[in-house]
Amino acid sequence: MSYLSIQDLTVRLRNGLPLLRKVSLDVKSGEVRALVGESGAGKSMIGKAVLGILPRAARLTGGTILLDGEDLLALPPKARRQRIGAKAALIPQDPLTALNPSRRIGPQITDRLVDILGWKRPEAEARAFELLEEVHIQSPRRVMKSYPHELSGGMRQRVLIASAFAAEPKLIIADEPTTALDVTVQKQILKLIREMQERHQTALLFVTHDLGVVSKISQSLTVLYAGKVIEDTGVRAFFDAPQHAYSKALLAATPKYTDPDGSLMPVPDNIIAAVEREVAAFDAQMNE
Amino acid sequence: MRDARGDIRHLPGLRLWLSGGWLLLLVLAAIFAPMLSPHDPLEQDLFAARLPPFWEQDADPAYLLGTDSLGRDLLSRMLYGARLALTVALVAGTLTCLVGATLGLIAGYYRGWADLVISRLVDIWMAFPPVLFAILLIAVLGTGLTSIIIAIVVIDWTRFSRVVRAEAMSQGAMDYVASAQVAGRSRFGIALAEILPNVLPTIVALLTLEMGIAVIVEAILSFVNLSISTDEPTWGGMIAEGRTSIYQAWWVLVFPLFALFLTVLSFSQLGEGLKEYFDPVLR
Repeated sequence: MSYLSIQDLTVRLRNGLPLLRKVSLDVKSGEVRALVGESGAGKSMIGKAVLGILPRAARLTGGTILLDGEDLLALPPKARRQRIGAKAALIPQDPLTALNPSRRIGPQITDRLVDILGWKRPEAEARAFELLEEVHIQSPRRVMKSYPHELSGGMRQRVLIASAFAAEPKLIIADEPTTALDVTVQKQILKLIREMQERHQTALLFVTHDLGVVSKISQSLTVLYAGKVIEDTGVRAFFDAPQHAYSKALLAATPKYTDPDGSLMPVPDNIIAAVEREVAAFDAQMNE
Repeated sequence: MRDARGDIRHLPGLRLWLSGGWLLLLVLAAIFAPMLSPHDPLEQDLFAARLPPFWEQDADPAYLLGTDSLGRDLLSRMLYGARLALTVALVAGTLTCLVGATLGLIAGYYRGWADLVISRLVDIWMAFPPVLFAILLIAVLGTGLTSIIIAIVVIDWTRFSRVVRAEAMSQGAMDYVASAQVAGRSRFGIALAEILPNVLPTIVALLTLEMGIAVIVEAILSFVNLSISTDEPTWGGMIAEGRTSIYQAWWVLVFPLFALFLTVLSFSQLGEGLKEYFDPVLR
């Protein structure tokens, strides 16, 4: 039973240029699905469309988004916001800008519990304390009273993870959650997300461009190119035998530290040309 | 966990103390003007005209800061003048801030057509020379305290709008706003609870600056005799009168001018000090 089901999702710029081309994908309950592709392939855009935070210039022009069996786009804005707030959460890319600098950490975690789920403040605070312990923060009470600038990047990302899990959402969208961190911290954060996901049995849509991470964290993955789904498969199947030529090239382009010199090869031009042709043909079909 | 920025003690500053001190003194002077004034500020005594301040030879100790060409006590007039200056500073400054900051926040956060309308309005507004605009407004509205306040709000709201709009725009692009949106906050809730606190230090700094500007505008209007009724003592009016007798009695011009200068300076320095105080990173 898929918790999030996206069908034919199309997002365009105001001038009509498509950013997402009839994207369909499912995330089952408790499953981790990775979303991979080059920069600008529309990975983050999918997450933003689901969470209702598309940038001003982009518009959702077609498709359906089912969250827990409910058609989000059919709901009035307020109900949609509350549904998303109760059932889904975001782990953002940049922990430095994702916390409000002028508010203390505690209320930023408890906001959603109090506002949407109607918890009492002391209960919500107890829950925040618990969550901060769960993400291995040493002195939760002090952190809750701190301002974001008093914490390091890694700690802020931990706080954001705690905050994402606060309302026990059944879907979390992680938008390149380790990209803005130091390499050493990246590994810990990745492990933490994995650990939290398993413990809470949350479906996770993990946006990344790092195939190495994909193999560690996810069960299935979707490969995107220019906002079009290129391949949708299980992780084992993908790493054993990618089906699409572009997926093969992408996999081959992953740097390996066993062979640092030989492995830095870009996706070949002829494959890019082929996939571009495919996208153009798809567009022609889509516009008919 | 420790952040060196937290350890730097910005000397809560001579700046804050001096400016705050002068303004406090002024507020007290304004409130207790009737008790503090040695004379009636309107009382004329032509036999005591142009008496110099106390340290000069011909001074009369009854008139500490001397008298003007009509024999009115300068100190008393300045104390009463402080009342008007401060009223204008507080009321006009606050109103300007409310109007300008609200419009700026709407334009910067909601964007779209609201931004379009407000921004064009600001552009058009800024094309008018402010002082002439104020004089024109007073000419239309008639003189009086309310007119001065309205004139200041009308000519100066753009100062807040422009800055607050830019600030709200850059805050609105931050991830924490998206996070709040995902957490189910309404747009209005976000503008109020997420954006506003981050724009507040800027608003506070601008507010005190605006209070200083309001004092200047009031003085300018008094100087050209467009403020309130001509008998009422105002610093601008005193400066205008002092100008005519600068060679015979410099003190008539210099004391109110000095008070004006200190007040405006204090307001702007207070703003800088408060901005640091309100900023969580610098705090």
